[in-house]
Order: sequence, then structure tokens, then C-alpha cells
Amino acid sequence: MSLSPAEGTALAEIESGGADGEQKTLVGRSPGQLVRSRLRGDRTALVSGVVLVFFVLLAVGAPLVQRLYGVSPNEQFGDLLDSTGMPLGYVGGISGDHWFGLEPGLGRDIFIRMIFGIRTSLLIALGAALITTAIGVVLGILAGYLGGVVDAVISWITDVALAMPFLIFALAVVPTFSLRFYGPRDEVPTWFAVTTLIVVFTAFGWTSTARLVRGQVVSLREREFVEAAKASGAGLAHMLFRQLLPNIWAPILVSFSLLVPSYVTSEAALSFLGVGLPESVPSFGRMIYRSIDYLQTDPAYVFFPGITIFALVLAFNLFGDALRDALDPKSSR
Amino acid sequence: MSAQADTDEPLLRVRGLAKHFPVRSGLRRTGLVKAVDGLDFDVRPGETLGLVGESGCGKTTTGRMLVRLLEPTAGSIEFAGRDITHAGRRELRSLRQDLQIIFQDPYASLNPRHTVGRIVAMPLQVNGIIPPGGVKKRVQELLELVGLNPEHYNRYPHEFSGGQRQRIGIARALALRPKLIVADEPVSALDVSIQAQVVNLLRDLQRDLDLAFVFIAHDLAVVRHFCQRVAVMYLGKVVEIGDRDDIYERPQHPYTRALLSAIPDVTQLGAAGRIRLSGDVPTPLDPPSGCRFRTRCWKAQERCATEEPALVSRGGDQATACHFPETGPVGDDARPAGPEATGAGTTVEEVSR
Repeated sequence: MSLSPAEGTALAEIESGGADGEQKTLVGRSPGQLVRSRLRGDRTALVSGVVLVFFVLLAVGAPLVQRLYGVSPNEQFGDLLDSTGMPLGYVGGISGDHWFGLEPGLGRDIFIRMIFGIRTSLLIALGAALITTAIGVVLGILAGYLGGVVDAVISWITDVALAMPFLIFALAVVPTFSLRFYGPRDEVPTWFAVTTLIVVFTAFGWTSTARLVRGQVVSLREREFVEAAKASGAGLAHMLFRQLLPNIWAPILVSFSLLVPSYVTSEAALSFLGVGLPESVPSFGRMIYRSIDYLQTDPAYVFFPGITIFALVLAFNLFGDALRDALDPKSSR
Repeated sequence: MSAQADTDEPLLRVRGLAKHFPVRSGLRRTGLVKAVDGLDFDVRPGETLGLVGESGCGKTTTGRMLVRLLEPTAGSIEFAGRDITHAGRRELRSLRQDLQIIFQDPYASLNPRHTVGRIVAMPLQVNGIIPPGGVKKRVQELLELVGLNPEHYNRYPHEFSGGQRQRIGIARALALRPKLIVADEPVSALDVSIQAQVVNLLRDLQRDLDLAFVFIAHDLAVVRHFCQRVAVMYLGKVVEIGDRDDIYERPQHPYTRALLSAIPDVTQLGAAGRIRLSGDVPTPLDPPSGCRFRTRCWKAQERCATEEPALVSRGGDQATACHFPETGPVGDDARPAGPEATGAGTTVEEVSR
């Protein structure tokens, strides 16, 4: 496509009439650069982002930490416990060898179990939240944009899934699921337990995202920019993911940043009830549940996992918030 | 250009175009809104056709059907000799490039999360067109063409004023180098001073790029300024169509007369020449029999209720759908002297009584 002669003259007219001799330097930052510079300028985003990166690095590099620290997560230090099973020494047995002290009862090292616990919990929570959000967004955007039969079917499935009690379903399904593949006496491998948990979370979690996205899309569907794209011959994929999706990032990010911490605690609850991960797998959630029994006798056991999960969840929420602000072209920051 | 246009095949040929919206209460269909009910008109290459009429007469519905955002209930739309009435998306692909739309509301018609560059490049992107020199260069040319700074490529719509936003919408419509643009009230959401700028821009573009326009508006002054031909709509039908000067100076349909007399005129104070129509536009759910305008027409007779007037030409290019068309010119010099004008004067009193 080249300039037609008529268009060329029109251009020339505008140029000669408007900006002669003016140096034209085409500047302006791309949207991606804008988001990055906004995030960099936002102190909350910086701090929460650094905290998140720190946790992710810890989770990924857990084996390396173990090598440097010299203690394995399932090693028991019974000789450092007193006769009632409480750790010897001050504040839960904190020492140069055991930075966060020892677990009462079994005498395992809290620090290294927490590192591995973060690994498991983040894997499950992030995995489940990502899959959940992806499925929810796709189904919600389809239902909202297409309407009609598609909307009716997806909304019906959403309603049914929302009506089912999650905990009872999980208690019934997870053991059955394991028995289907492994005998009652077999050791269920960790990857299988993790996958089962992610599948169970996803099966129930996508509905709320789908419903949220559907509502947003319904309100956007009738806007003229959607019609403009349609009039230009845009296909379904362009319409859904280029035109509509950028307008609903804010609620999606918020729901994602709320899903991650809720999955961390759900995993903890399921593991506590015995349908989640096996006891040998260090899990952040399970640690917190166990530690609550020792709230009065060994506060240090509660303190370290508690403060860590607090920091993790807070960082997630703050970073989600900051990201939403940075993605909004209207925000002044 | 107009002499050449006369001999050409029409670029757009609309015949018997209709759009009916079912009204449902529960599962039963309780009625049918006849938003557009049988339109016939042609648009020749490079021609501007104004579509005027009051709110709810089906102007916008017509525009949306022309660019196939709405599926017509009946009738046919032919574009450049091809029937596109029920063409699917793939068949429309090649036509999309020739047929574009400009929207009324510059605040709703631009995606708030896309940069100006992305908005203007969208038609190129969805049609997989990579212009020589790259998409960005083409977009900057387009921005310049509509009088915007090409440096605004990376800005967002909310950073622009209404008039500038409308220019962005125009640049987007021009991206595919269309032959016909449907402009759906492109200036009615803008300030009066900005309206003039945008209309002049459209007129320059129309001349320079040899575009055909279907210009939907309710502002008669803007239409007179911009359009070569004018079609007057009332309740889903064209009641009169013709060249601009014929319509504005020698309107034959009583409704056109009433509409024109409603243009505020500062040189003529008072309601001397104003034709005041009584009542409201009847509901399109149940339009009147025969002539649709008869319920408000001061010339209506029995025949108007039984027989629907066809859109016929009485010599020349002007066609009117009326059994008793007016004949004289409209204008303050003819009104007091001519016998027809005094007749109209008495009917004004009757109508507004």
C-alpha cells in the first residue's frame, strides 16, 4: 500500500501549512516501557516485588540452601529435645546450627523445612492459581461475549460447581483418586499428590473468575470500540484477547492475587485433614497447622512460619495492586 | 467529478432494506419493532449521501446494517456489484477494506487500553496487511492526514479531547483506504466549534481521497454543508431523496418542509415560518397504515390511510413518497407572496392549534 497521489498532496498540504521547519523527532514511550517505569517509580511495588522474588528464589534454590545449611528437612534431632519433647535451649532451640529452632516432638529443623515448605506451597498455589485464572478467563470471556447458548451452558456449569461444597468434595475425591492409581499400601509419590491438589483446586476455583470476567465482558460488549473492531473484520480471538482482555486485567489481577494466598491456606487445611500431601513432604501450610498446638508452650514454632506467610501474602496483594495501577493508562503514577 | 459519478455504476445499492427487532416478553414474541422498513437508495463513487431524520427513525440502524454490524431482516445491499446482504465474515474480508464506519461517540469508540497507534493500526492488523515502510509509518501518515501530531503514537485516548478522539476514529476508518465510509453522527457529540473542524476535515478527505460517504446526522445545517445528496427518513422509511439544493430549496414532502422549517434562523425572529407538527412520532411497534406520516400531516386525506405512497420521482433526480407533494420553493421571499405559502400559513395555525 503506497500513498495515492491525492493523499500525498493532502499530506503535503498539511505539512506545508502546519509544521514547516519544525524538527520532527518521534518520541514517546511504548506501553511496556511505561508500565516498567511506573513499577520502578512505585516504592510499594519495588519492595513487594523484591520480597516475592526473594521467596521464589528460596523456593527454586531450596536444594542449594540445604547443601549450604547442612541439614536435610527430614533429619530428626531427638538429642536436642527434652523429655517432654520440647526443644532444649532458648526460644525453641535457636542456635548456630538450627537458625529457627527445632520442631517440638519430632525435632526436625524449622528453617530448612520452611524453605522446602515454601517450595511446595508456592508450586501448588501458583500453579493452581494460574490454571484457575486461565480457565476462568477463557470461559468467562467466551460466555460474556458470545452470549446465547454458550453463555447459558457455561453459566449453568458455574452455578453447579459453585453449589458443590468444596471440602466434602475434596475429602471424597482425593483418596479415591489416589486409590485409582496406587494400592492402599503403596506410597503415593509427591508429584502425584501435588497434581491431585492442583486439579481439585482448579476444578472448583475457575468458577469465581469466570463469573467475574463474564460480568465485565457483558458490560464492555456493547461499547463501540468492539463494534469498530467487528466492522474492520476482526476475528473472535482478536476480539476476545486484544480488544476485551486488556480492559479487564484489573479485576483479574486482583482475583489472582487473592487466589494465591487462599490456595496456600487451603492446601494447609487439606494436608491437615490428611487428604493433601503426605507427612514426609514439608508443607508450609501443614507446619502452621501443627504449630498452633504449641502456641503457648513454644511460641517460636508459631512465629517463624507465621511471619513468613504473612509477608508472602502481603507481598502478593501489594504487588497485584501496584501492577494493576501500573497497567491502568489513566493512573497518574 | 459529479458528471463522471452520474455515469458510473452505483457503489452501494440498497433495495428494500428492512430491520425488524422482535420484542419478547418471556418466551413469547409479543411484537415487532420495525426500525427500518424498506429503504431504497444508491450511493455513487465519491458521492456523499446525507441521511437525516429525527431520533428513532432508523438512521443508525441503517448505518449499522450497511457495514454489516446488524443482520438485515429483508432486502438487499449491493456493494460494488456484489451482494453482501448475508455475506459471512470471510466473504466480507475483501469488502471490509472498502467499507468502514465512523462512530458517534468518540469516548466509547476507542479502546481505552490501547494506544492511539494500536487503535489506528487495528484494521491493518486484523486483516493481516503490512504496508510498505511498516505499520508504524503508515499509522503516522494517517495521524498526520487527520491533523494529529504523529508523535502522539504512544498516547492513550483519554489524553485527547473529543475532537481529537474523533480524528483518531477517522484515521482508523481510513487505515484500509476505504471507498465508502458510513459516518454515524460523527459530530453530534462534539462542541459546535469542533464540529466545524471535523466536518471540514471530512470534506477535505472526501475530496482528496475521492471517498463516498453515507453521512448520518440530525443536524440539517451540517448535512447541507457536507452532502451532495440528502435522504430524509421518517419512521423507518425514506420519505424524500434528492440533490441537496432540491431538498433544501424545493422540498416536496410535507415532513421535509416541517423539518426544514425547524432550523433556527437568526435573521427571521419569531415563529412566522415555523411548521409545528403536533403529537409524537408513532411507535414503530405499530406504524400507521398507508403513509406513515399521515397522523401528523396537515394535508392528510383518506387516501393516505389506505394507500402507501411510493418513493417516486416527479421529474429530475428528486423522489418523494407523498400523494400530495408540495411544489413551490421554500424561502422567506416566496412565502408571503405565493398562494401556496399562504395556504401553508393557515395550516400552520390548524396544526399548532
